[in-house]
Amino acid sequence: MASEAHAPAESLALREQFETEAQQKDASTLGMWIFLITEVMFFGGLFLAYMVYRRLYPDIFAIASSSLNVYIGAANTVVLLCSSLTMVLAVRAAQLGRTRAIVLFLVLTLLLGGVFLGVKAYEWNEKFVEHHIPGPSFHFEGLGPDQQGHAQLFFSLYFAMTGLHALHMVIGAGLLAMLIWQARRGRFTAEYMTPVDLIGLYWHFVDIIWIFLFPLLYLIDRHLKQP
Amino acid sequence: MGSKLPIFPEQASTLAPDVDHLALFLLVVAAFFTVLIFTAIFYFAIRYRRRSDRELPHVQHGGMALEIVWSVIPFGITMVMFGWGASLYYKESRPPDNAIPIYVVAKQWMWKIEHMEGQREINELHVPLGRAVKLTMTSEDVIHSFFVPAFRTKQDVVPGKYSTLWFQSTKPGKYHLFCAEYCGNRHSGMIGWIYVMEPQDYQNWLSGGAPAASLSEGGEKLFTSLACANCHKADGTGRCPSLVGLFGKTVQLADGNKVVADEAYIRESILQPAAQVVAGYQPVMPTFQGLVTEDGVLQLVEYIKSLGETPEDKTRASGTLGERH
Amino acid sequence: MITAAVQEREHYLNQSYGLKSWLLTKDHKRIGLLYLFTITLFFFVGGAFATMIRVELLTPGGNFVSSDTYNKLFTMHGVAMIFFFLIPSIPASLGNFFLPMMIGARDLAFPRINLLSWYLLVVGGLFALFAMLAGGVDTGWTFYTPYSTTYSNSWVIATAIGIFIAGFSSILTGLNFIVTVHRMRAPGMTWMRMPLFVWSTYATSLIQVLGTPVLAVTIILLFCERFFHIGIFDPKLGGDPVLFQHMFWFYSHPAVYIMVLPAMGIISEVVSVFSRKPVFGYRVVAYASMAIAVLGFLVWGHHLFVATQSVYAGLVFSFLSYFVAIPSAIKVFNWTATLYKGSISFATPMLYAFGFIGLFTIGGLTGLFLAALGFDVHVTDTYFVVAHFHYIMVGGTIMAYLAGLHYWWPKMTGRMYPEAWARLSALVIFLGFNLTFFPQFILGYLGMPRRYHVYPDEFQVLHVLSTAGASVLAAGYLMPMIYFVWSLRYGQVAGSNPWGAAGLEWQTASPPPVHNFDEMPVVTHEAYDYASVIGEEIQVG
Repeated sequence: MASEAHAPAESLALREQFETEAQQKDASTLGMWIFLITEVMFFGGLFLAYMVYRRLYPDIFAIASSSLNVYIGAANTVVLLCSSLTMVLAVRAAQLGRTRAIVLFLVLTLLLGGVFLGVKAYEWNEKFVEHHIPGPSFHFEGLGPDQQGHAQLFFSLYFAMTGLHALHMVIGAGLLAMLIWQARRGRFTAEYMTPVDLIGLYWHFVDIIWIFLFPLLYLIDRHLKQP
Repeated sequence: MGSKLPIFPEQASTLAPDVDHLALFLLVVAAFFTVLIFTAIFYFAIRYRRRSDRELPHVQHGGMALEIVWSVIPFGITMVMFGWGASLYYKESRPPDNAIPIYVVAKQWMWKIEHMEGQREINELHVPLGRAVKLTMTSEDVIHSFFVPAFRTKQDVVPGKYSTLWFQSTKPGKYHLFCAEYCGNRHSGMIGWIYVMEPQDYQNWLSGGAPAASLSEGGEKLFTSLACANCHKADGTGRCPSLVGLFGKTVQLADGNKVVADEAYIRESILQPAAQVVAGYQPVMPTFQGLVTEDGVLQLVEYIKSLGETPEDKTRASGTLGERH
Repeated sequence: MITAAVQEREHYLNQSYGLKSWLLTKDHKRIGLLYLFTITLFFFVGGAFATMIRVELLTPGGNFVSSDTYNKLFTMHGVAMIFFFLIPSIPASLGNFFLPMMIGARDLAFPRINLLSWYLLVVGGLFALFAMLAGGVDTGWTFYTPYSTTYSNSWVIATAIGIFIAGFSSILTGLNFIVTVHRMRAPGMTWMRMPLFVWSTYATSLIQVLGTPVLAVTIILLFCERFFHIGIFDPKLGGDPVLFQHMFWFYSHPAVYIMVLPAMGIISEVVSVFSRKPVFGYRVVAYASMAIAVLGFLVWGHHLFVATQSVYAGLVFSFLSYFVAIPSAIKVFNWTATLYKGSISFATPMLYAFGFIGLFTIGGLTGLFLAALGFDVHVTDTYFVVAHFHYIMVGGTIMAYLAGLHYWWPKMTGRMYPEAWARLSALVIFLGFNLTFFPQFILGYLGMPRRYHVYPDEFQVLHVLSTAGASVLAAGYLMPMIYFVWSLRYGQVAGSNPWGAAGLEWQTASPPPVHNFDEMPVVTHEAYDYASVIGEEIQVG
């Protein structure tokens, strides 16, 4: 029930299964947290496979990892962290009911996400050129024929993990686009900003996954290598 | 018949009566609880059957004492089951030192058996009565499982690694061999027989038939034809370590670790030489994956075992604890 | 035979008509019925495959179908029954219908996600059906590598996609239930006043939410391996086929608790109502459900005792497997103790409950056999295991499911089923079941391996007994199909509480109104407070 004079009637949609808006918000928030936990288990399976094989073939994984561009990876990490910052600022703006600021920060988040994905595409293209994409034309220079398989394993995990992460980013971008559209129509107020909150949670989660991916994939034994 | 109950298969190994005793214990415990529950339900249902629609029984919400009793007692019983089962399993994982080594290569859909002396069998395994036999097994394609009900033993046979199974037969005769891991079209056709023979009969069988090269002789031929000897010189002057007396020794690796040179180590050194490089040597050995079959690898393993061996060397590497290969 | 009163009153079934009102519904009760319909369809599909398997196994030779076909039959039987019947069954049909009502809510927390869950199951099912019709899949429902990734020439990917999508159906249902239980209980409905069916379903939902994503990722890796040959499970590329088994069973063992916990929840309800006493040890039973959910995640390695897992791992998993058995045993004792000095009715739901307790006891005890390492080495991959899990899933879950269906039928439809026929079916099912599966314990110990198309002659007698049992069992299952449908038109009209039960769902009309309750209830009693019910008029069906 819209109780604030300045809030448009459509912005507070109390669904009929709930008694109060507070209950609805609580339920939605809990739902998003549980969903994120399922995502942890989802990515966890891949992390497990990665850990098993890294333990089995530590040297080859280190060599394969060193062929990734750590500067680009680090830059991308900074980009994502900044996007989490702009996302938090969007949530804050929503809490304060400042529509223009919400839109601005959501757009910035979306742009930064786009930068991340663009850089990722560039990296993948590099891998393609170097024949590091698993498949019939895979070949890693500098390793013997019996080690190609293990190197290919590394790259399979690399593409699976970063690919799944990128997919989540794309979905996140779609959600952000939808949020921007709704924000521009004044849907979010200080009383009702649950979608911004929840999608913010999702975005932060996707960021955290990357924070784990980056060191695991890019930084194996870097401290041992010559700069 | 060696078994006491018609629902048990024949007992033909030292392990079989042990497993059957455990089975009997489990059966008795299960029967006891089954009868207990069935009887209780039956009795309560009849004794306390509803006599009028307006009956309202007195409420008992629960009793901690009872809950503890029927948690602790079953737990105690299960711990006995655990201990008993674990001790059998542990025994099964440690072949005796004097076990006769025999090799098994599984492929869709047959069992290839290779005796050290060179005899090859397909879907049949002849063994002497009363001697421990240790099978070292691998697969050429998918996962299979070597199962002999009369011996009460089973082990998956996995491509890319060796697994082992041992038994000691106690009764002459012929016993089913089944593949117990689904492996495709003719999974149920991948069956055969274990022939347990009196020692003299077994000797006759071994020396009968066309004289075949022993596994080790076959390995020696491969060692030459694949030019292994060019690098692995016996006196250690080649680019690569000498293999004399290698089997069973502890090897220092370039990354600082130590491993025991068992069958799996030798196999990996042939197929993936760069994985574990010996300290002080360069990783220059090429891989022989694709150039030698699993059969060939087994022959090379046997040959390398035979180089400068003493009986202690041969047995030290078998049945490493912690790895139920 | 419809009385004027029922015809005039509006309820969830007659409030709107037409396909759209069902396919676009947000009502958890209608969605529960949509699921009921879907899973029954898959039960028939799986059952058809089972029939063909048992016919083939009448003779030692391969006379009925080819090896290839037989391998597809047992695979598709497993896939249909596990992923498209058992896993969704109780939670998505009866759970969807009754969980909100039992806690006094108007609907689930996320009704549209609930509908999406159903569509996901249907789409996943279509993929699986397509694979079955296009030529079948022959890897076993366990999809072990490298056979499934490199050697099988069947519709592996289509089936895997179907299971993947159905997995999301399961995850979303679990998510929905968890949020509902946490946030939508009626005033006065504390955790410790919730019916035990809600506790069990909640515990199940935790497993669904935590375990299924691991299956999803395993399927993705399987897909990548099969399609792109990335080498993760391929030994020739340095991959480990046993890693697949670890990942697969990490989900699939907890999955069996997804299949049995809701069943246990139903049994708690039924045993209580038909003894007219609260379940003995309510708190202990509630906590036992949670313990089973947690411990269930720690024992997956007991499927790998002979799979080249290390001896140490074997010891740990065997030890933990005994732990997980204890809460289940406690529940069996508590249900039995509930009968003591109760007022026992032999209505059909109770007969099925008795059947469940007996058969689950046998199934569970044989699980203890399998947890014993030395014993398992002999019987793993034999019919002993097949018998064990059918005792739990068919003798257990399906019997509990039938108990629940009969118990809640009057509430869902406003009609009673014919009691005499129902009791007869229960008996036929019980006898048919035991004749089918008990001989398989013996077959297994004698050494008959699983998934065998042809077998040595000496196993034939036991197989013939088993097939005979299967025909009786099939007849037993057909009977409720027939009389339930019959009852929709000709069954005796049921009142709101024909059993004299104490749950909130019985305090509203049969069938319930669209929003479940005309006035939201306020809970002042403990669960299973029959004293407050017995004062009112009881219509015994």
